[in-house]
Amino acid sequence: RINLSSAFIAADHSDIPGQNYVALIEADQPCLAVDEVRHVAEPILLIAHADKQALIGIDAKVTIDYASEKPNYDPEKASLCFKTIAIDKGEIDRGFRDADVVVEGEYRTGHQEQLYIETNGVIAVPGDGQMTVYGSLQCPYYVHKALMVLLNLPPDKVRVVQTETGGGFGGKEEYPSMLACHAAILARKAGRPVKMIYDRVEDLVATTKRHPSIVRHRTGLTRDGRLTAMDIDVVMDGGAYATLSAVVLSRGVIHASGPYRCDHIRIRGRAMMTNTPPNGAFRGFGAPQTQFAIEAHMDRIADHLGIDPVTLRERNALKPGDTTATGQKLGKDTSALPVLREAVRRSQFKKKRRTLKGTSRGIGLSLFFHGSGFTGGGEVKLASKASLELTATGARILVGSTEIGQGTRTMHAQIVADALGVPFDAIDVHGVDTAFVPDSGPTVASRTCMIVGKLLERCARDMKKKLGELTPSQYFRKHGAFTVTAQYEPPPGLLWDDDRYAGDAYGSYAWSCNVVELEVDPVTFEVVPINVTAVAEIGKAIHPMMAIGQIEGGTAQGIGYALTEEVVMKDGRMANAQLTNYIIPTPMDAAPMDIGILERPYVHGPFGAKGVGEMPIDGPAPAVINALRHCGYDVRSIPATPERLMKARA
Amino acid sequence: MKLIVNGRARHLDAHPMKRLLDVLREDCGLTGTKEGCGEGECGACTVLIDGVAVDSCITPVAHAEGRKVITIEGAARTRTGKALQNAFVEHGGAQCGICTPGMILAAAPLKPGATLHDIKTALAGNLCRCTGYPAIFRSVDAALHPRRKGKRARAR
Repeated sequence: RINLSSAFIAADHSDIPGQNYVALIEADQPCLAVDEVRHVAEPILLIAHADKQALIGIDAKVTIDYASEKPNYDPEKASLCFKTIAIDKGEIDRGFRDADVVVEGEYRTGHQEQLYIETNGVIAVPGDGQMTVYGSLQCPYYVHKALMVLLNLPPDKVRVVQTETGGGFGGKEEYPSMLACHAAILARKAGRPVKMIYDRVEDLVATTKRHPSIVRHRTGLTRDGRLTAMDIDVVMDGGAYATLSAVVLSRGVIHASGPYRCDHIRIRGRAMMTNTPPNGAFRGFGAPQTQFAIEAHMDRIADHLGIDPVTLRERNALKPGDTTATGQKLGKDTSALPVLREAVRRSQFKKKRRTLKGTSRGIGLSLFFHGSGFTGGGEVKLASKASLELTATGARILVGSTEIGQGTRTMHAQIVADALGVPFDAIDVHGVDTAFVPDSGPTVASRTCMIVGKLLERCARDMKKKLGELTPSQYFRKHGAFTVTAQYEPPPGLLWDDDRYAGDAYGSYAWSCNVVELEVDPVTFEVVPINVTAVAEIGKAIHPMMAIGQIEGGTAQGIGYALTEEVVMKDGRMANAQLTNYIIPTPMDAAPMDIGILERPYVHGPFGAKGVGEMPIDGPAPAVINALRHCGYDVRSIPATPERLMKARA
Repeated sequence: MKLIVNGRARHLDAHPMKRLLDVLREDCGLTGTKEGCGEGECGACTVLIDGVAVDSCITPVAHAEGRKVITIEGAARTRTGKALQNAFVEHGGAQCGICTPGMILAAAPLKPGATLHDIKTALAGNLCRCTGYPAIFRSVDAALHPRRKGKRARAR
């Protein structure tokens, strides 16, 4: 029941001209609920007014009658499973027969909020049989597709323009499609532009978060610490709709056995439905959860066997020529050991491990890796495109990849300038607007440099060939402009079998080791990171300062994940949906960081580059938890808040 | 109501309890001041009132009546503003940029020679999610220690 004057525009599902779902992987999430809501933030009715002040308290004028059912917030008791994945390598039973010891453990991670400082927001501008949406977003063609389905419009009648975007971290991967659909429905009904910007509380309550996880390990080893069997069970809490859970789970399970060599591996993964707002993309995309588990588990194994954590990892770290859990044979750029040794050296880990023992300080490490680009056959399916247009002064880049602070524009322009042999300033980057730029795939998955950057490098080399002896401006004056387009082709020999979940899961992997030294206040159980070391092997740092910026920023987010960032869910709603009590690191919390970059070029990356953006968030949490173990706290779930630490005191 | 915004007198017809943030963005057209949380926690909306950094999202415009307001658009008018802006570019102090106006204005009152502790304290009320802060500290440090230019700033 709605009691509103005609100055308000109200719209529900009956105002949708096309299909009522937010197009992504599954067609399960309605844009506006029809007769069922699965979570507390599920949209039912949209209301607009020319004056935003008039909308304050508007919910009091709307009555919705609900018949309640019992909600479920436990992913292990869910009635609906979005996705299961099974990975089998070797014979798990044989692996356990070969084992001298078996170590088991269960590890849990909570929700994490991306907390971009600019909240989600869009503007929809209706036209004659068309719709334009401007927004703070990562993936313009995701929004484009969602609007086509919702509005039943052909591709050329929908236009999506990215506005300068104040951070994303995955939080503006899929949710902007929902928001754009809402604004478009209202704009269509009102016949005028509609702006929708979430305030912070709305953004925290309604938008996606990192999937909570439960990971169980059962590991067989020889007495001298060689892995013989890894049996891993991964459960992810998907929230109320499928969104990206299937692919988050995929990256999660593929990284679940860590950067380690083992002949007999069994991994089972499930993404389950619960009655909270859907969980979705967040930097790392499943890998931080599973690598938290394996890395915390490795230190428990080290304790169990009486081997130091460095030696245990040295004995098992993947080397060139080894195979991963999916049977991918690793190339020469495999760098688990180099990053481990460099981080141990730089941080004086071994010495501090001895001298800090028994004090309120501790030191811990984590070794981890991250596949660059879409998982499995994902890049082949995406078939991304990039274009380069000759201009009077150089060339203009046309890609759908967005700049969200990570340096897309600068890094792409560097690649093109170098491949074309012109100065950096000769390269323009076109704004991201679906009316002008091709679909380069989403700006996610550490793929913007390695995959899209490589397409641009190919464009630039093709352009250079066509220019012959002429400079761009000479050619332009003589023959006019032309455009070169490149489309993704898998590197030769890169094979993936989606049915068996086996083969080359990623074109390449980046490798990293974190060392965290911290101090625990014995009275308040507050944890203060003292020094953080991060060594990353990323193929080639196209722009070293920005690459270091990615590593520092991702590492800080990882420390927040480990210690303070707790989403408190009460009856399926985020209870601490404010910056006052959802605590991300502040300037006062910033620990000194020592960043080391190693470069082992990947032959199919632009100038050897691999992905860098996501990996830094995979390792800080287990390094923190392992440092806490060194101080005598047995923590197996994060965040390690003072309350949890008090209970975990050994 | 009269405000002196970036050195220019503005006569505004605004409700005295309207947020200074909204007056700057909507009535003055100065959209460089950002809203991150609306509750004085994140500092994205930081401006200077008579040289003191305040959160404009929790400041009623009446509080700024007759006083000198500096926004990011006028930051170069402050003693350190221009050097800070250049240093943020040079040292990667900005990634997505949404916290940057607030960071620069929060740092603007710092005196040359400020220590890392002084810098952290000045920025304590400003959140950044991209950088994890070290690059921001390096930027502010470089702006406040121009003689060290060319060398890598010490602050991490």
